[in-house]
Amino acid sequence: MSLLPNIPFSYNIKNLWTRRLTTGLTVGGMALVVFVFSAVLMLAEGLKKTLVATGSPENVVVIRKGSDSEIQSGVERLQASTIETQHEIAIGANGMPLVAKELVVVIVLPKRGTDKGSNVVIRGISAESILLRPQIRLIEGRFPRPGSSEIMAGINIAKRFTGGGLGETLRFGMRTWNVVGIFDAGSTGFSSEIWGDVDQLMPAFRRQAYCSVIFRLRNPSEFEVVKTRIENDPRLSLEAMRETHYYEKQSEMMAKFLRILGISLTSIFSLGAIIGAMITMYAAVASRVGEIGTLRALGFRRRSILCAFLLESLLLGFFGGIIGLFFSSFLQLFTISTMNFQTFSELAFSFDLTFQIAYQAMGFALIMGFAGGLLPAVRASRLPIVDALRAA
Amino acid sequence: MFLLKLILKNAFRHKLRTWLTVLGITIAILAFGLLRTVISAWYAGVEASSASRLVARNAISIIFTLPLSYEERIRQTDGVRIVSGGNWFGGIYIDEKNFFANFAIEPKTFFDLYPEIILPSEQKAAFIRDRKGFVAGRKLVEKYGWKLGDAVTLRGTIFPGQWDFVLRGVYRGRDKNVDETTFYFQWDYLNEKMKKTYPQRADQIGFFMIGVSRPDIASDVAARIDNEFRNSIAETLTETEKAFQMSWIAMSQAIVTAIQLVSFVVIIIIMAVMANTMAMTARERIGEYAIFKTLGFGAAYIAALIFGESLTISMIGCAFGIAFTFPAAKAFGDALSTFFPIFNVEPKTIYLDIAAALVIGTVAGIFPTWRSIRIKIADGLRRIG
Repeated sequence: MSLLPNIPFSYNIKNLWTRRLTTGLTVGGMALVVFVFSAVLMLAEGLKKTLVATGSPENVVVIRKGSDSEIQSGVERLQASTIETQHEIAIGANGMPLVAKELVVVIVLPKRGTDKGSNVVIRGISAESILLRPQIRLIEGRFPRPGSSEIMAGINIAKRFTGGGLGETLRFGMRTWNVVGIFDAGSTGFSSEIWGDVDQLMPAFRRQAYCSVIFRLRNPSEFEVVKTRIENDPRLSLEAMRETHYYEKQSEMMAKFLRILGISLTSIFSLGAIIGAMITMYAAVASRVGEIGTLRALGFRRRSILCAFLLESLLLGFFGGIIGLFFSSFLQLFTISTMNFQTFSELAFSFDLTFQIAYQAMGFALIMGFAGGLLPAVRASRLPIVDALRAA
Repeated sequence: MFLLKLILKNAFRHKLRTWLTVLGITIAILAFGLLRTVISAWYAGVEASSASRLVARNAISIIFTLPLSYEERIRQTDGVRIVSGGNWFGGIYIDEKNFFANFAIEPKTFFDLYPEIILPSEQKAAFIRDRKGFVAGRKLVEKYGWKLGDAVTLRGTIFPGQWDFVLRGVYRGRDKNVDETTFYFQWDYLNEKMKKTYPQRADQIGFFMIGVSRPDIASDVAARIDNEFRNSIAETLTETEKAFQMSWIAMSQAIVTAIQLVSFVVIIIIMAVMANTMAMTARERIGEYAIFKTLGFGAAYIAALIFGESLTISMIGCAFGIAFTFPAAKAFGDALSTFFPIFNVEPKTIYLDIAAALVIGTVAGIFPTWRSIRIKIADGLRRIG
């Protein structure tokens, strides 16, 4: 045991402060990497949250076998009625089964402020559709009356598309539709849709068939039973899946794209930042050879020197991580809207910072600091005392 | 000449530090080049489009179709040279992971309209003869190892059922920007099967590709076609092929913007690393610069020394970065061929690489130069590393 086991922490802080410019540049580079790292994770989390929240596990979506989404699907009226008679379906407060037969089409609407159009999902709904989606909250106006040209718009549509606001009108399907309500469905995909009576929308778009049938299960564990029955019925050629699973599948391609992009970007960026930290730490060692010799002469062990330099590098990573996270937390104020290629429609989602992402980002920053500081610290600890003292 | 020698000697005085910095810049330039290539891959469809082609589709949105009867009415429009209908088929080969674009087309007119798709004439004849035949791009055929005469089955998503096809031809692109991963089959095959299974969905065309006689009348012809069908059940939206392709990109604008931003972030990160190297270098040599000043060399000479060193390091990194960009782009393009069928490094990307390296080298030199020029000779001589 040596008399002075550890080099005081203030030594590290003072060293970093002496080289303010270098420290600042290194920390800045790391902060940017952490920023990008957490931004990508936050984006993926936001997307996941949006899509998982869109579905609920006790709801079942029935679409035509082989079709990937409601838009491609078609469910004939007769087939829809057969689904309605399944006895696993929950009964609502009014004594009616909780089944909704829906139409989903995509139309192009102009965005506010530009003449450029973007794809919007129009959903034709039955009376039960709203009961099946407890996330739907009316924030302005009222629900559209069945049998009329009334529609309600999701909050993202009302804000971003011309004619989507309360009291405004939209023209499609050779008819004019009055927006009588604005609804908020939280961070779900429904917030980017327009809803109206399915029996009005089907003739407007010249459609003979529904797109999907949605129902709530009486008991969520009966899913397999009802799925097997529907899929084996030769009259139907339909496919049933849990709503959560359905929406997860909708974004598979986008999620994969974000993941590949995120992983490749952060790994390249972090290499850059590690090199930055390495240059800084090598310089720190080189310019302090005399000091290191003195410390060794005073009785500090090789291990203490190694620890001191590693600690200094970890501090660089720590500050970089804190600053990067600080700035990335502001990203939560932004909403990204992009096209989901699987559904040809707009999907809006936001950055979402969770504790897990914060831990991961900090861990990542510390790893960068460690990786950058290891080799220089080893070199510092291996310096022979006499040579080091002579260099001073 | 002496200056150049001094710069080179200086640049490699701290070998480890210099090579680490060069490595950093190489990585940054590589990342920057790849990201730029991703963006140009995004726009590949726009680049490949011709000014003398129009696309007419249902005005409501792309998922709505147009009646087949429109084909003749469009053909009669003034200025229209040729019309060819097509449908996005959206079929899946074995598994969702094996994504490639597949279209039902009218082969007799399609190949006239797209001279950049090169198909040997005997294969073309074989394709037209076989109602179940299909042609596919060279890259797609190589990826799945298909041979002429092989049977391929796609699972329909929009058009239900299992669809059997026979490979009758392999096409090549005339230019580098032609997508060689597309699958084309006969529209008649699609239509005949639909007539049997879903008669109300038969005789429907997803989009008409229209060749106009002269590119300069394209917009007039588009307006004429849209006028023809105004107030009908299926109104048309006719635009140039370029505008049609752009409308797809506009919808994913957010992603393109994000990639663009990120490509600049990587440059800023490496700028911090490079500036750090130069700051350390200049601090160590402050005494030498003071000696230069004492000997009568001016501020310009010292500035040239520091900027020269900074630019030397950044340009070496840039050269390595560009050299690695090509094999990396090839590997990246192969891995992501599902998302980006065309993934070529453009000359523009290389120029941008060089510009980025110049900016990195210059910015990194500013602060150390300013400090070294300002310092008084006596202070400089007194200061030790």
